[in-house]
Amino acid sequence: MADKIFRVNMSTLSTAIEDVPTDWSGLGGRGLTSTIVAAEVEPTCHPLGGKNKLVFAPGLLSGTAAANSGRLSVGAKSPLTGTIKEANAGGTAAQMLARIGCKALIIEGLPKGDSWYNILISADAITINEETELAGKGNFDVVAAVQARTSEKHGIMTIGPAGEMKLLSANISIKDPDSRLRSNGRGGLGAVMGSKRIKYIAIEPTEAKVEIADPDKFKEANRTFTKALVDNPISQALGTYGTNVLVNIINEAGALPSRNFTAGQFDGHEEISGETMHDTIVERGGKPRHNCHTGCVIQCSQIYNDVNKKYKTSGFEYESIWAMGADCCVDNLDHIAEADHLMDDIGIDTIETSVAMGVAMEGGVLEFGDGEGICRILREDIAKGTPLGRIIGCGAGSVGRAFGVTRVPVVKNQAIPAYDPRAIKGIGITYATSTQGADHTMGYTIATNILGVGGSLDPLSHEGQVELSRNLQIATAAIDSTGMCLFIAFAALDDATCLPALVDMINARFGIHLVADDVTNLGISILKTERAFNEAAGFTNKDDRLPEFFSEEPIAPHNVVWDISGEEIDTFWNF
Amino acid sequence: MAAEDRISITVKLFAFFRENRFIEQQQQFPAGTTVRDIILSQGIAPEEVGVTMINSRQCTLDRIPVQGDQLAIFPVIGGG
Repeated sequence: MADKIFRVNMSTLSTAIEDVPTDWSGLGGRGLTSTIVAAEVEPTCHPLGGKNKLVFAPGLLSGTAAANSGRLSVGAKSPLTGTIKEANAGGTAAQMLARIGCKALIIEGLPKGDSWYNILISADAITINEETELAGKGNFDVVAAVQARTSEKHGIMTIGPAGEMKLLSANISIKDPDSRLRSNGRGGLGAVMGSKRIKYIAIEPTEAKVEIADPDKFKEANRTFTKALVDNPISQALGTYGTNVLVNIINEAGALPSRNFTAGQFDGHEEISGETMHDTIVERGGKPRHNCHTGCVIQCSQIYNDVNKKYKTSGFEYESIWAMGADCCVDNLDHIAEADHLMDDIGIDTIETSVAMGVAMEGGVLEFGDGEGICRILREDIAKGTPLGRIIGCGAGSVGRAFGVTRVPVVKNQAIPAYDPRAIKGIGITYATSTQGADHTMGYTIATNILGVGGSLDPLSHEGQVELSRNLQIATAAIDSTGMCLFIAFAALDDATCLPALVDMINARFGIHLVADDVTNLGISILKTERAFNEAAGFTNKDDRLPEFFSEEPIAPHNVVWDISGEEIDTFWNF
Repeated sequence: MAAEDRISITVKLFAFFRENRFIEQQQQFPAGTTVRDIILSQGIAPEEVGVTMINSRQCTLDRIPVQGDQLAIFPVIGGG
């Protein structure tokens, strides 16, 4: 069964299942979403209007037995940044889409009227139904209701109230194997889905398997690849402490932005650290290890229980904990867990919203350290769409404009996450030059600047930072196209067997003969496609800059400012 | 050895290095002790160490701390 493009037109409420154009056949994940958005979306269009398209694509290896290959890419023009956007997440949807032969699902147009809709897709049919019960519901209720309507095995991609209200930080939530949620978090893609009046998309389970051109070669390569992941010490630490293991090391490095980016260390770091989180999880009968999709061998997720040993949240990530914790000066992990749960239910990006809370604290909306206040605003303002809730729900830039705050940590209007660019210069290059606004995952220089992975480069020096970010951004664009979790990069950077095995798996899956250079070229071509879209949308190199306060306000303990010039930043694109 | 030949260092451990050890301790060492020596003195194998920092700056295992330094010792970790 050849893969197909599934297309839904919400203006005409019609659907089509189409052959894959030859140009798209070698693409998956981010490579495919960005190629489709660049080909079919007018760069200058309003992101919440009828000309934008929302594209879902599993990776090249999603749906196969390849370890860690269950990431789903979602792309569109972002209403938060105005740039092209791809956000990826785990959950069951990528693997299920791949197994029904869906190479990409493209949703276009806007319906007339104010009805809500849901979409059901299977291997040979797409159905658009009017949705009369679930509008206004949180994501957890949606998942329970859709499972009752369909089956527990159906895949679900849903928006919460934030997406319905078209808040610019709204995310798209993907059901995980335990019927909980993973998030295509950044850039407001949930608002795009809300603009198209789609509450959820369900995927029918199938017994069909993804076709593999050379099963024996595939199995052998997957064995090598899996071993590289399992043997990697970073994978092992991720399974114990989660990504939140980073709180203490980034704090120690003086790069943990605290109190709305006015300090590089947080007094309460130990209380919110991965070590404390691990001990709390174990004490309360939770699970330190948990996989967000079948086949993950790293298991960086976890089950975090509340003080009564009842489930509270999972996928409790460093960047979310940093944002609500250090950036808002909240040193109570239970308040942060409650806020994380609320944001999952409302369907709003934890990074953008929490950084927005930090700006709101500086603007006098609530006190720094008020974790209960954050939860109250989430429940009573953002979930209900009060004017204050909508201002905060539209992100850090929105709060800064509404409250006259000038210390607003955003690039291209997207909040800067958990690593201060003054104290880790490489990540500042990534924030500035990323095609999608500030996003650490676009080129994770922390690996080399701090963690000693892929070599070592002094985080406070100028030397080599542009090149480091460029190489990582190219590699990341390629990895994001495979369906692989980005955490395979830790093994790929330091274990010579890892990347060749990944290329071998792609070759065995499709019966092709790629070499490592082809993968690099794929990454280059994706970045250039995304950059061209942004330029056509009106962005220039002057947008590839950090906010001016980073150049003017030294950050303790190193007392450093952002001092890489615009000219140096611009050399990023010399490739 | 005379008292002035000994230095006081704040040693900080992270992640599983804390198991059956400590989070942070003031320790005395002979002047001239290297970071590697200090790691070994905690019963930690240097090859398990991912990152070391003195006063929030990364350092090599050959570095010789001075009186009052803070030495942070991390296993190989990552996230993002």
